[in-house]
Amino acid sequence: MITRTTFAGFGGQGVLLMGYVLCHGGMHKGLDVTYFPSYGAEMRGGTANCTVTLSDKKIASPVASKPDALVAMNYPSLEKFEPTVAENGTVFLNSSLFTETPSRDDIEVLQVPTAELAREVGSDRGANMVMIGAVCAKTGLLTVEETIKGMEGALKGKEKFFPQNQKAIERGFAFVADGK
Amino acid sequence: MPSEKMLMIGSHVVAEAAVRAGCRYYFGYPITPQNELPEYLSARLLEVGGTFIQGESEVSSINMVLGASAVGARTMTSSSSPGVSLKQEGISYMAGMELPGVIINMMRGGPGLGNIAPSAADYFQATRGGAHGDYRTPVLAPAGGQELVDLTFVAFDLADKYRTPVMLLGDGLMGQVMEPVIFPDFIDLKDLPEKDWIVDGCEGREPRALFSMFLGQQGELYQHNLHLQEKYDKITAEEMRWETNCPDDAEMVVVAYGTAARIAESAIEELEAEDLRLGLFRPITLWPFPKPALRELSKKVPKVAVFEFSLGQMVEDVIFSVGERAEIYFHGLPGGIIPTPADVADFLRSAAKGDGKVGRRIDV
Amino acid sequence: MSTEVAFEQIFGRPESLKTNPTHYCPGCGHSVAHRLVAECLDEMGLREKTIGVPPVGCAVLAYNYFNFDMVEAPHGRALAVATGIKRVHPDKFVLSYQGDGDLAAIGTAETIHSGNRGERISTIFINNAIYGMTGGQMAPTTLLGQTATTAQAGRDARLHGSPIDISRMLAVCDGVVYVERCSLTSIKQIRRAKKAIKKSYQCQLDDLGFSIVELLSPCPTNWKVSPKAAWAWVNDEMTKTYPLGVIKDTTGYEDKK
Repeated sequence: MITRTTFAGFGGQGVLLMGYVLCHGGMHKGLDVTYFPSYGAEMRGGTANCTVTLSDKKIASPVASKPDALVAMNYPSLEKFEPTVAENGTVFLNSSLFTETPSRDDIEVLQVPTAELAREVGSDRGANMVMIGAVCAKTGLLTVEETIKGMEGALKGKEKFFPQNQKAIERGFAFVADGK
Repeated sequence: MPSEKMLMIGSHVVAEAAVRAGCRYYFGYPITPQNELPEYLSARLLEVGGTFIQGESEVSSINMVLGASAVGARTMTSSSSPGVSLKQEGISYMAGMELPGVIINMMRGGPGLGNIAPSAADYFQATRGGAHGDYRTPVLAPAGGQELVDLTFVAFDLADKYRTPVMLLGDGLMGQVMEPVIFPDFIDLKDLPEKDWIVDGCEGREPRALFSMFLGQQGELYQHNLHLQEKYDKITAEEMRWETNCPDDAEMVVVAYGTAARIAESAIEELEAEDLRLGLFRPITLWPFPKPALRELSKKVPKVAVFEFSLGQMVEDVIFSVGERAEIYFHGLPGGIIPTPADVADFLRSAAKGDGKVGRRIDV
Repeated sequence: MSTEVAFEQIFGRPESLKTNPTHYCPGCGHSVAHRLVAECLDEMGLREKTIGVPPVGCAVLAYNYFNFDMVEAPHGRALAVATGIKRVHPDKFVLSYQGDGDLAAIGTAETIHSGNRGERISTIFINNAIYGMTGGQMAPTTLLGQTATTAQAGRDARLHGSPIDISRMLAVCDGVVYVERCSLTSIKQIRRAKKAIKKSYQCQLDDLGFSIVELLSPCPTNWKVSPKAAWAWVNDEMTKTYPLGVIKDTTGYEDKK
């Protein structure tokens, strides 16, 4: 098994942190992981993206030909990365910010109202945590416990954020399970 | 005790490995895309009682390394392509003075200021000596991850063993990619062989001098260069490293190093579905280039495909190794873009067919 | 045995100098400067803990004459090399010995920044206003009007810039605690220079910061004059551009006149 996920959005949306969480969770689970960020001049444009690969075998390239999943936290990210997604891949959209959907019909789409769900659990800044919960639930990459472990690994030293983030992650899982 | 499994970016991995390999003295000048390395060490070295100096230039930094090495320290500097060009003067002096030291080059696009995207266009500079004079620098090319740890240790050991500067040649992508690694325990500097040539004050012995100038009229420089060459011959005989994964019935072997090798490896995996039987040969020492091993392989495999993040540098060493024993195909990308496994697969498909659509056949 | 006690050695070669004859020209200031550096090390008991860094220039072979550990540096990089040494061995005594091309042209950045970092290093700066080793080219310190093989009509401010006073430039850096300019062309000044060199050494021993002693030094060969005329030129001409004396002193040492 090898799964590649691209996370993209504005700087400040916690895009890279979602990647860290998936990476740490995957490592905790005993998988090989790589995390490949955009960097340098690209970052200064205010957009951020990273690609996380999880595999039960040793990962060769940290660069993906076609990500199996795309997490688009804003519309420009959907526009930019939609063409790269593998056939039968999954696209996660931050529907709190935009309602456009992909033009391709060979990919599955999940719209996640991240901000509303985060607010529901009392975590205004937890939109990215809701999203990573939804991603892990939908793809089956990590269980809710593994995702929380991943969050704790990614945010080591910032323990005060753990309870809020845990709630947001759980809300993301529940959204996928219950469809609301 | 070895560390737990840790997730770290490549630049931090090299920095932590250097500390555990006994490096307590870092001198460098900022340049993207490797700033995470000095930033990490600026804090880490203080924790372990070491010294971090941000020099006024790459030129001064490499000469601080020279000085620290001359008095016996395990010491290093790091930079990216334009900065490494500036360090070449000092590297030549260190080679001439036979001073150990580790130079990290996280390569970026060139020539000139180029850009900060990954590249591997400093192959010639790294493997052909780099600056003036008849010298070579051992060059280690990790492919990221755990190998960044392991080869950082090797770099310091080789430097001390042969009294030579050693280069660790990575690229900007490798420095940014985060992967799990395990660090070995800190070495105890007291366990290292004593350096009986250092200049740390002449108490209880005759004074020593370290120099690279040989003005004598009795062939002193000539003898010195022959001595250096003997050393380089010994390194060539004993220190070649490579990794090969090539099925017996492979129709083509792909030669690539560093990040390019990892992307090529994924391309090879993708092509398995198309019944293309491909192998991978990954040089780990770029100098000395593992020519005999590649030569042997090329006797069994009819085609060799070379993929580089440059427009054709390592391919020359492949030609030296393979000659006319196999058909050689080359595909090189200039720095500034990051290819995907699919891009490399296009080349390999084309080379396997020999249709010349991607890359080109090398006329030896 | 009884005959031997009648003699007492009152002058000799400092232990910090080897017995090798130097390659310096007759009348050159390097020989005197070497001797002062060595005498001061001997008198302060520093020889065995000293690591010296010679320049590229006429003194590039100084390790053949100084009887202590030395490390060659690329041209201009002596203070970077010395920085690396001193940071590894703060308990050792580190000395750079540099000419004007090395210290004030190609090595300007290393000089200023080592000073600014307050590296605990003592620098002996030989200013002879000319490139000696390479055969008389213009130095950064060449005087206005002075001829050189690369300034054959004499140094011209508009064309070449004016002579640089790097000692005064160093003096503005906080890390620099002591700067003095002496000459090697009178007995009085040689004595003064020796005192300055000792004081510079003391700055390092007391962990105060960076210090430098500039020595105006004759180069009869490249000035194309006799040794005697070269001495006179230092005293009469060079000191106009480079006045002798203490340029900076924040050591707090009581300086006995």
